[in-house]
Amino acid sequence: MKKNKTNSEKFNVLGIDVGGTFTDLIYVNKENNVIEFAKVPTTSENQAFGVMNAIKKANLDLNKVKLIVHGTTTSTNALLERKLSKTGFITTKGFRDIIELGRRTRPNSYGMHGKFVPIISRDLRFEVNERINASGKVITPLSELEVINATKKLLKLGCESVVIHFLHSYANNKHELKTLEIISKIWPNNYITMGHSLLSENREYERGVTAAINASVQPILEKYLNKLEKELVSNGYDGELLVMNGNGGTISSKLVIEEAAKTVMSGPASGVIAAAHTGKSSGTNNIITYDMGGTSTDVALIIGNEPSVSSDLEVEYGMPVHVPMVDVRTVGAGGGSIAKLNLAGLLEVGPESAGSKPGPICYGNGGIVPTISDANLLLGRLNISKIISDNKTVSLNYIKNIFNSSLGKGLGLDEVQTAQAVVKIANTKMAGAIRMVSISLGVDPRDFTLFAFGGAGPLHASSLAKELGIPKVLVPARPGITNALGCVVADLRQDFTKTLNVPLEKVNVIDLHAIFKKQKERGEELIKKQGLDLTEMSSSFTLDMQFIGQTHILRINLGNSKPNLKYIQQSFEDAYLRRFKVELPEIKANIVNINTTVQGHKSPLDITLLNNMSGKVLDVEDAILEYREVFFKDKFINTPIYSRDKLPFQFELKGPAIIEQMDTTTLIEPDDKVYGDDLGNIFIEVGDF
Amino acid sequence: MGIDKITLSVIQAGLQQVCDEMDLTFSRAAFSPVISEANDRSDGIYAAESGDLIAQGIGGLPVFVGTMEYSTRELIRLINEGKVDKPYEDDIYIVNDPYLGGTHLMDVRFVKPYFRKGKIFCWLSNTGHWPDIGGSVPGGFSASATAVEQEGLRLPPVKLFKKGKLDNEIYSIICSNIRVADQRIGDVKAQEAALLVGEERLNILLDKYGDDIVKQSIAELRNAASDQMKSMIQEIPEGIYKSSAWVDSDGVVNEPLEIKLSITKKKEELEFDFSGSSKPCKGPMNSVLATTLSSVYLAIRHIFPEVPINGGAFIPLKVKRPLNTFLDAHYPRPVSGCAAEVSQRIAEAVFIALVEVLPLRVTAAPAGTSGNFALGGFNEDTNSDFVMYQLSGGGYGGNSDHDGLANGCSTIGISKAPPVEIMEQKFPVLYHHYALHEGSGGAGKQRGGFGLDYKLEILCNNAQASFVMDHGRYGPQGAMGGLDGQVNVVNVQQSKKVYTPIHLSKEQDIQLTKGDTVHVKTPGGGGYGHPFERNELLVLKDVKEKKYSIKEATKLFGVCINEKDFEIDQKETKLLRKN
Repeated sequence: MKKNKTNSEKFNVLGIDVGGTFTDLIYVNKENNVIEFAKVPTTSENQAFGVMNAIKKANLDLNKVKLIVHGTTTSTNALLERKLSKTGFITTKGFRDIIELGRRTRPNSYGMHGKFVPIISRDLRFEVNERINASGKVITPLSELEVINATKKLLKLGCESVVIHFLHSYANNKHELKTLEIISKIWPNNYITMGHSLLSENREYERGVTAAINASVQPILEKYLNKLEKELVSNGYDGELLVMNGNGGTISSKLVIEEAAKTVMSGPASGVIAAAHTGKSSGTNNIITYDMGGTSTDVALIIGNEPSVSSDLEVEYGMPVHVPMVDVRTVGAGGGSIAKLNLAGLLEVGPESAGSKPGPICYGNGGIVPTISDANLLLGRLNISKIISDNKTVSLNYIKNIFNSSLGKGLGLDEVQTAQAVVKIANTKMAGAIRMVSISLGVDPRDFTLFAFGGAGPLHASSLAKELGIPKVLVPARPGITNALGCVVADLRQDFTKTLNVPLEKVNVIDLHAIFKKQKERGEELIKKQGLDLTEMSSSFTLDMQFIGQTHILRINLGNSKPNLKYIQQSFEDAYLRRFKVELPEIKANIVNINTTVQGHKSPLDITLLNNMSGKVLDVEDAILEYREVFFKDKFINTPIYSRDKLPFQFELKGPAIIEQMDTTTLIEPDDKVYGDDLGNIFIEVGDF
Repeated sequence: MGIDKITLSVIQAGLQQVCDEMDLTFSRAAFSPVISEANDRSDGIYAAESGDLIAQGIGGLPVFVGTMEYSTRELIRLINEGKVDKPYEDDIYIVNDPYLGGTHLMDVRFVKPYFRKGKIFCWLSNTGHWPDIGGSVPGGFSASATAVEQEGLRLPPVKLFKKGKLDNEIYSIICSNIRVADQRIGDVKAQEAALLVGEERLNILLDKYGDDIVKQSIAELRNAASDQMKSMIQEIPEGIYKSSAWVDSDGVVNEPLEIKLSITKKKEELEFDFSGSSKPCKGPMNSVLATTLSSVYLAIRHIFPEVPINGGAFIPLKVKRPLNTFLDAHYPRPVSGCAAEVSQRIAEAVFIALVEVLPLRVTAAPAGTSGNFALGGFNEDTNSDFVMYQLSGGGYGGNSDHDGLANGCSTIGISKAPPVEIMEQKFPVLYHHYALHEGSGGAGKQRGGFGLDYKLEILCNNAQASFVMDHGRYGPQGAMGGLDGQVNVVNVQQSKKVYTPIHLSKEQDIQLTKGDTVHVKTPGGGGYGHPFERNELLVLKDVKEKKYSIKEATKLFGVCINEKDFEIDQKETKLLRKN
């Protein structure tokens, strides 16, 4: 693929996000300011088919597209299904079992069951003589001969990738570098990952697993991207392909392979990036994102337009991927979550889900257990004619009967009260997840706006906001394709972390500034290498700190790359008091990690383009499609149903109301006030209802 | 009629959330790795007058599930009897007395009255495992104490915080009696922070739903949990189920201690009778009643994890007080082994008694030891004293669905082991290896998980080691025809002489110096189902991965594997398995 050839004209950008169920596309044609959308089913065996289908459906001429930004779950799926490439592991003598032993836990606090499959099986893990101690001193020299022998054995066993993982390599990477040099001479490809290269952290299990995941998804991701590029090229594309990373930034498809582990969990990140962008455009700086889909709900925190990023997330039990990732928490409640009575006769919702097959009863695909979507239907919140009209297998009465027999009878409630209860329990659960990313981190929800998206988010957002004390809800113009929008608006991003682990008072401030400078320069170099037309580059600097003796860390944002020690001390103490409500004047502070994030910004997207301007009406009343009986609190209210496409910008209205659009339904409760801004976003000021 | 069921569910989730946030705060703010990394702590809410457990954090250490209820009740009793000073707002009591509803002395409990409108609405309490509490050995796990005074400082309930202010006099008494006291203030503040966060969250919940509604809900939730436990018990047929489990020794007298259990299922209740178990012992393997009760509760909760943690769930579980056995220790019996070791053996007895009637829910016996190796001494490099714990996992029992987990945490814990790199950074030790304990998983259709095998070298001139482990004499029990897991093995090399402790898994006051090594292999889990029924290909896979030898495959699983090409000899295997 050639380097993009446009340096002066504006990009025509195509964003394509592959989700669990749907592949979403959004195309921004900046020449004539037109936006195209498409949504097609995901083709999980080869996601490239779905991508090409979406392009066909949107009727795009790839010749005119200058840049494609792609979010893919290829690495995530390979990891979760353990369909990984055969990978070898070369490690310090005595420690080959580190990535199988884990950190000695079990999946659940209660229950002695539990499975764990290591990323690399024991027969592919080889040990060599070498040892570095905790202060970085070599105490056993590297046996180069053993490295050669182990490498040859791994090749003979058919390994495609290899990991080099030595103890304390974060303190001294000499042996890993030497081993890389030796292996590179024999290994037929570039799929070689050194433990210290993705993260320089002092935890051998987390570092080893991260490296093992990286190596074992590399060939899979590369093959997939090659296939996709071939397809794109044969359809006339000659621009650049960028891939979404879990940190919410994008990276060239040529560079992404080296750090393939960073694409794990990139899916939810793009939605958060879109939320940050939309928030910034509309002057909303502090956001809690709320993405409710069919099986689960993702929530994340954005403070001052910056999504929270964490480096200690787990993809599943015992599977830490310690690279910077947007801190997205998932809770098992989605439209398809199943409601049932437990043995004590109390109502429970989720985490089991009817999934997309058979799905909720109302889908008519054979679902027979009550779900959240069915409850919303019984409450009149979803449009019966839209959902049920296509299939004749299910009627409203059929759903009512199931609610009555399986839940209502046991609860002593009628089907409508039961449906209301199901929604309430689901909301409580989702509120709990939101609290864990907000209140429990010392953040006051009253300072935030709830950004609702996903197919079901806007339906629950208003009552959830009330439950949490969040005063305002933002429903963007296109809640159903937020992830694809995230691809389009995401910037290029590089993160760097260096472990220091030195008491603050002993830190040489000149060295600290030098590290920030070096990280910044390296980031800028990598971003420039990708040869895109960028408006500007920016860097942010943070420190991970703790009181000496603690093992957990607190991340401190610094305004600049040259802070003095007094300022650092003060920032840390303030953050600590906010989070833990206690002060510790007795104990000194420690700097654990030095982090820099460098971003290359693309010219910002004007989000008003997301709106369909042709159908807009002048008078809000004219946007009413019909009136429907919708259940609120204790009774059905005849409620106006508005068309989102028809509503003008800067409208105002009062609840109760429902706003329908192709990809979602927004519920406005009585007492809520709603207004549109001049970009096409809807804001709900929640009442006390 | 009371609260509607929906409000009940919402309040239940809300109370749970309060406790989970307390747990999170405690761990994130703590200094001692035992709390911050190993999560050896728990937070809960207790009823104002009865001390009944209202809710407890899901991430709390399981062994504290019943002890904090017990100790809160004891505190209330002592206040009512005028033996402990009355509570005022923002007071926090500290207590670690094992006989007042505790475990061992290292588990220090904070209890804070939670006031609404001038009256106590409930109690917030947490337990944190302090890395040292004084006594004869660093870390507190004495293997051969014969009285509780040798085990450390014993605190009756006293107010450490008076109206929100730390009492520096009491605090300095504590600090003068424990090792490495200078960092204790960090953990004390972390423990306080958790209670303050809990208080703030509880305020929000009560403001929203109203004190009366919440109070009433708490009562109804208690009934609901009791009902749910009763329904669970219905899965067990009426009858009497018996088992035995053994503790290696008490650390002083080298004889096994027997836990004899008889569970009677009658209607909606389970009765647990430990009579016939060994007498109170001389060494520190006695269990106080609170720990014995808690061990039964946690074992049942491992079997029925669906039931919420709330005092109501314990109502149908009737434990007969095991008078005059080592499971009901009184002052001054030493107890340092009860929380970590005896508790797990009680759980094993419960599992083994019930596995045949609940074959899908219960697993074969897990490793069931905390693998406690403590090292204390002086680090020349940092010029300071140190106390180090190496707690280790072991194999879990096989079960109807899959093989046991390798290197799982203790039955009574949920602890994460600290990384080797962090241990080497903090303490003067060098690990030679940290690996799977090969061959340790008990053979079975679903085999037990493998234990851990590690060896470390001492890098300082003067250190003192102690071990409190178990399953050194008999391995964790197999079930449904599965074999027992391998035993725990300790080898100490003291200036070139290697020896095994006389009590196998317990010893203290071992003087070590630079170059000496400690080699520990932890137990594998028990096997589940007859090993000859195990899929041959799975046996082959384990052999290829050197988890079992070819010999073991033949002997234990009846699978004959050709040494040259690692192929299964089908004919020979069939023949072997026929018998």
